[in-house]
Amino acid sequence: MGSALAFAALALLSIIIAAKAYTPEYAFHAYLFAAASVAAVFTIVNRYYERPLEPPLLTIGGKPNYNMGPVKFATIASVFWGIAGFTIGLLIALQLAFPALNFDTAWLSFGRMRPLHTSAVIFAFGGNVLIASSFYVVQRTCRARMVGDIAPWFVVLGYNFFIVIAGTGYLLGITQGKEYAEPEWYADLFLTIVWVTYFLVFLGTVMRRKEPHIYVANWFYLAFILTIAVLHLGNNAAIPVSIFSPKSYIVWSGVQDALVQWWYGHNAVGFFLTAGFLAIMYYFIPKRAERPVYSYRLSIIHFWSLIFMYIWAGPHHLHYTALPDWAQTLGMVFSVMLWMPSWGGMINGLMTLSGAWDKLRTDPVLRLMVVSVAFYGMATFEGPLMSVKAVNSLSHYTDWTIGHVHAGALGWVAYISFGAIYCLVPWLWNKKELYSMKAVSWHFWISTLGIVLYISSMWVAGILQGLMWRAYTSLGFLEYSFIETVEAMNPFYVIRALGGAFFVAGSLIMAWNVWKTISVGEAAEEAPRAMRPVLVAAE
Amino acid sequence: MSFWSRHKIFETNSIILILGVLIVISIGGLVEIVPLFYLKSTIEKVEGVRPYTPLEMAGRNIYVREGCYNCHSQMVRPLRDEVERYGHYSLAAESMYDRPFQWGSKRTGPDLARLGNKYSDDWHKDHLKDPRAVVPGSIMPSYPWLENTELDAASIAQELKVQATLGVPYSDEMLKHAESDIRIQANADDPNAVDLAKRYPKAQSRTFDGNPQKVTEADALIAYLQMLGTQVDFKLYDNKANVR
Repeated sequence: MGSALAFAALALLSIIIAAKAYTPEYAFHAYLFAAASVAAVFTIVNRYYERPLEPPLLTIGGKPNYNMGPVKFATIASVFWGIAGFTIGLLIALQLAFPALNFDTAWLSFGRMRPLHTSAVIFAFGGNVLIASSFYVVQRTCRARMVGDIAPWFVVLGYNFFIVIAGTGYLLGITQGKEYAEPEWYADLFLTIVWVTYFLVFLGTVMRRKEPHIYVANWFYLAFILTIAVLHLGNNAAIPVSIFSPKSYIVWSGVQDALVQWWYGHNAVGFFLTAGFLAIMYYFIPKRAERPVYSYRLSIIHFWSLIFMYIWAGPHHLHYTALPDWAQTLGMVFSVMLWMPSWGGMINGLMTLSGAWDKLRTDPVLRLMVVSVAFYGMATFEGPLMSVKAVNSLSHYTDWTIGHVHAGALGWVAYISFGAIYCLVPWLWNKKELYSMKAVSWHFWISTLGIVLYISSMWVAGILQGLMWRAYTSLGFLEYSFIETVEAMNPFYVIRALGGAFFVAGSLIMAWNVWKTISVGEAAEEAPRAMRPVLVAAE
Repeated sequence: MSFWSRHKIFETNSIILILGVLIVISIGGLVEIVPLFYLKSTIEKVEGVRPYTPLEMAGRNIYVREGCYNCHSQMVRPLRDEVERYGHYSLAAESMYDRPFQWGSKRTGPDLARLGNKYSDDWHKDHLKDPRAVVPGSIMPSYPWLENTELDAASIAQELKVQATLGVPYSDEMLKHAESDIRIQANADDPNAVDLAKRYPKAQSRTFDGNPQKVTEADALIAYLQMLGTQVDFKLYDNKANVR
């Protein structure tokens, strides 16, 4: 009931803000907040009056009574946002090849669509995968029902509402102008509430565990949730112009803002896109391969060294800028060292297949996940290489960076996510298997082809442009004007867009497969597997 | 008890695990970020660097709104080809009033840190309206609505005030004149332009978009672009001054 009152207050506040908003765009967002809060009040009150006599049991017949509703929602949401995010990515790739596709329209122009793409794939697609998988894994590995009744739903629905606010905001021109942290102050505040709830639900469930040990995947999930909270608060510290204005000014400025931004930006990669998805690796690969994690000790080293070193690596985004040299060098050194924990994790993931390598031939889902770990290894080798100042002076500002990011994002993050989704859907909806394994195979090959086209074209484009920028004639003049280096990019932008189209096609195959599995898939006879990956406990 | 078994304390106690994570992730950030608020090279004041005029600020906000930073950097690195292509390498002081900083991470288009006064206002106007009209191979989106959209600067005084509370040296006088300064600067020969230039040294006032009838978003954006990188006079700048 308390939460219903809180939502009612939020609805009222939103209506007042909407009435006095400085801009129509902000009023629109305030109305969205009001509508969502009213809907929340209705649902909560309804739920209160229609609640069963008893609160849901923690266990039924000795087995934990898992709460999988929010997990199901987030799984479906991730498929939806994935397709949306990949499609927008394809559009902006085409815009760079054919600028007429900006349609001379404000909300369709590249500058507004690009943050929409990055946020849709990282936070909407990736975020929903992380929430779904973490809520699933924490319940399973702790053998406990998730804490809270309304809270888990608030996390899932609130997070997706935040995404709607952020995304529509970019299109309407509401942005902070900080990469990967574009949402304005009110969206950031709302996300903070959602995130704290997420943390409490997760932690509460861990504390309710029936197992003495916290499973390794949960360490990574905890580090991800905690660190993202710290980064989010640090990087988005801002003062709004007025409560009736969507605009705010960041507390930090200039060089300090630059380093805070890349401390955030690089660790969004390190903790959102790496630690979180490593947690997925540590649960879903052993589970799918039916093998224990390769090395318990390696996972301890992997965990602590990874989270320690990642934080230092931010300055490699600012090589040769006005950031002091020592900070750049420190960033470079830690980025190179980061190669070791990254590959330690990769080895731990890959070697988990010891004795089960044959499954790669027969199980395309496992193949997706193993290839994703291989891409992780590739991207985490390329990253340290690019963080070396001499290499960076060539690669920075070029499409090589874009290619590198997508080797990680498409190859690692998306593939491990697809693997997790393909595992989760039959488990959650009590189906024997996916509707079509052949479709998974098609998805795998078509998107792999897409990734290869994408990253190889961006390698060539980036290195070519970097070399053209610094080319001199024999008389000592710069050889190329800037626009000549732009024109040289065209064929590679077309190839990249083609690769992107393949990747979108793959995700559509997945959506169809997921839909078919849920609607007509063959039901599992038994309750889904209760087996957990075995981890040798510390004694 | 072996070394590895000591890890049990983290695995069996969620609060200790959380504390461990928090300590481990704090170290790197603190070591790297905190000194930037004290070191001379990052907080030096350089002759000529001043806060943005209200019109430039409004233009900057349009720059941020349209996401120009997605394709344009504002950071010239001290490399031979960049200094020859764009101009003197960027100083930390030149972005000291930038909230947020707009150094960027990608050059799909060229760096803009020293764009000011390189092209005419007319060139900028035509280029924003249709980039391919002046640069045939350009892949930049067109922004034809900027010159037709009247600038909404109703809250500009409040915006400067927020920045003043954050430490940007906007004086009471500047705040008082914030709204009128917009009109003064976007006008070809406003009698008050002298006062504006006193408040904001080297501020350029004229009709930036060629349309004296109204102050448009193009006025503001071009005013901002024309001042980029022009504040510091590098003939007078002593690059040894901040070396300890």
